Amino acid sequence: MSAAPVLERPAVEPHLDSDPDKRADVRPTGKRLGPGRRRRFAWLLGPVALLALWTLTSATGILDPRILSEPWTVVATAGELIADGRLQENLAISAQRAGLGLFFGILVGAVLALLAGLSRVGEALIDGPVQIKRAIPGLALIPLLILWFGIDETVKVLTITLGVFVPIYLQTHAGLRGIDLRYVELAQTVGLGRAAFIRKVVLPGALPGFFLGLRFAVTGAWVSLVVVEQINATSGIGYMMELARTYGQTNIIVLGLAVYGILGLLSDGIVRFIERKALSWQRTLAG
Amino acid sequence: MAAHPGGMTAVAPSAVAPRAGTAASGTVSVRNLIRSFGPKSVLNGVDLDIAPGEFVALLGPSGCGKSTLLRALAGLDHDVRGSGVITVPERVSVVFQDSRLLPWDTVLGNVTLGLREHDAGSRARKALAEVGLAGRESSWPHELSGGERQRVALARSLVREPQLLLADEPFGALDALTRIRMHGLLQDLVAAHRPAVLLVTHDVDEAIALADRIVVLDSGRVARIRTVSPDIDSAADAAGHEALRRDLLADLGVVGTTH
Ligand SMILES: Nc1ncnc2c1ncn2[C@@H]1O[C@H](COP(=O)(O)OP(=O)(O)OP(=O)(O)O)[C@@H](O)[C@H]1O
Ligand SMILES: [Mg+2]
Repeated sequence: MSAAPVLERPAVEPHLDSDPDKRADVRPTGKRLGPGRRRRFAWLLGPVALLALWTLTSATGILDPRILSEPWTVVATAGELIADGRLQENLAISAQRAGLGLFFGILVGAVLALLAGLSRVGEALIDGPVQIKRAIPGLALIPLLILWFGIDETVKVLTITLGVFVPIYLQTHAGLRGIDLRYVELAQTVGLGRAAFIRKVVLPGALPGFFLGLRFAVTGAWVSLVVVEQINATSGIGYMMELARTYGQTNIIVLGLAVYGILGLLSDGIVRFIERKALSWQRTLAG
Repeated sequence: MAAHPGGMTAVAPSAVAPRAGTAASGTVSVRNLIRSFGPKSVLNGVDLDIAPGEFVALLGPSGCGKSTLLRALAGLDHDVRGSGVITVPERVSVVFQDSRLLPWDTVLGNVTLGLREHDAGSRARKALAEVGLAGRESSWPHELSGGERQRVALARSLVREPQLLLADEPFGALDALTRIRMHGLLQDLVAAHRPAVLLVTHDVDEAIALADRIVVLDSGRVARIRTVSPDIDSAADAAGHEALRRDLLADLGVVGTTH
């Protein structure tokens, strides 16, 4: 092989296209009305800016620590409460309540929405009562629920469930009702049965509405949690804050608020992540 | 016996038992079909027969009731008042003007929609290959061009081996070049699968190119039936082609027929 004479050829000038980064890219740029491409972690910008503002105003003394504790005090308080185990303990109990309430609320809301969306009888029976429940604030029901169930965990989970199922129901039902009739016709022409129709057309078609409801529901679950824990509890983040109020411990109150805020932001982020994965077929402004 | 689920409001003339039925033989027959929307009567006694494997084009001015007739054959007019006797084969597929792909399902999922056979996946792949979309199985509908979407819709209807293919202006939204390609594709597919076809179109040339028989609908009735001879089809008879074209345009009330 080595003996073969090597033909000397002039080196071919590398083609312009070989390096994509060096290719000319001149294009007319039209005015873009959409918000542009999504950037990772961009959602953190707002909360981080808020945190920076808080730190800055505390450090410069513009913000009186008697009104709002400094961030570092809150962090120190968190450290102490974690060290003696109180924070984890209360957080676990709160998370369990919110989780259970959310679970039952999603279940009830989705099932009711399906029943009301798929049958006229179901709609006639279900929609009215849900609209009535919607008009009654969750807070107003608590006295009655306490009378019925006492002050055990049932009341807390039930209050959250009642707050959660309404947005799930409303948005899922609206999503169902909004499914294009043309897809229903299509389902008929390809001979889908009832079950396959629900699985292939109804559920995916209602999914965007369901996720919208879920985002309201998750936030609503934490809000309901605050209410029940501050009114009627001997444990949980809300109780911890309520106790701190009687002792005038602003730092613990602010810590509680921060925990609620982080939980809310985190759970919303998780829902949005799942939503993006589940609705990857959609092409929307959200991207 | 009834091929179409009920729900059509009955104003039936006395004792016409099955309004819509299936014919094992695969023939299509429509007798004295009447349909109206409120006070407006759209079909006033349409009679139509389609033999197995026959390709019929339905022409007519806008609003004359072509879609209404096609939807009646597809069993999609539950809430429309009317009467008449419709017999269609067991397996009917419909292609709409919009491709009507489920946006939340992949191309493959759309083609297999409603198939119960265990080999649905492989049959759908084959059908997609037939329409020239092999390799696009896992694309989302929004990732396809209009012509590609319509080809998926064709694959979806043909994978069911229909005895009757109903198509309502399936190429109406496509550009002229794509449309001509689709004509060729449809001809090949129909030659391979041999369904009877009822194609609603606005396009006289499309009707001549594809159909064995052209039915002109006017004022809710069959106004004219014209047969397209194989010579005209194969363009061997240019004069005959031109004459048929002129006649059809006259049927449609268009005068001064320079293209
Ligand atoms: N759902 C409906 N409600 C009321 N009127 C209707 C309905 N569907 C159709 N029509 C009327 O019936 C008539 C026939 O409609 P059809 O859609 O069958 O026409 P077409 O021949 O398909 O027209 P085109 O060629 O424009 O598609 C039209 O005048 C239309 O306004
Ligand atoms: Mg039409």
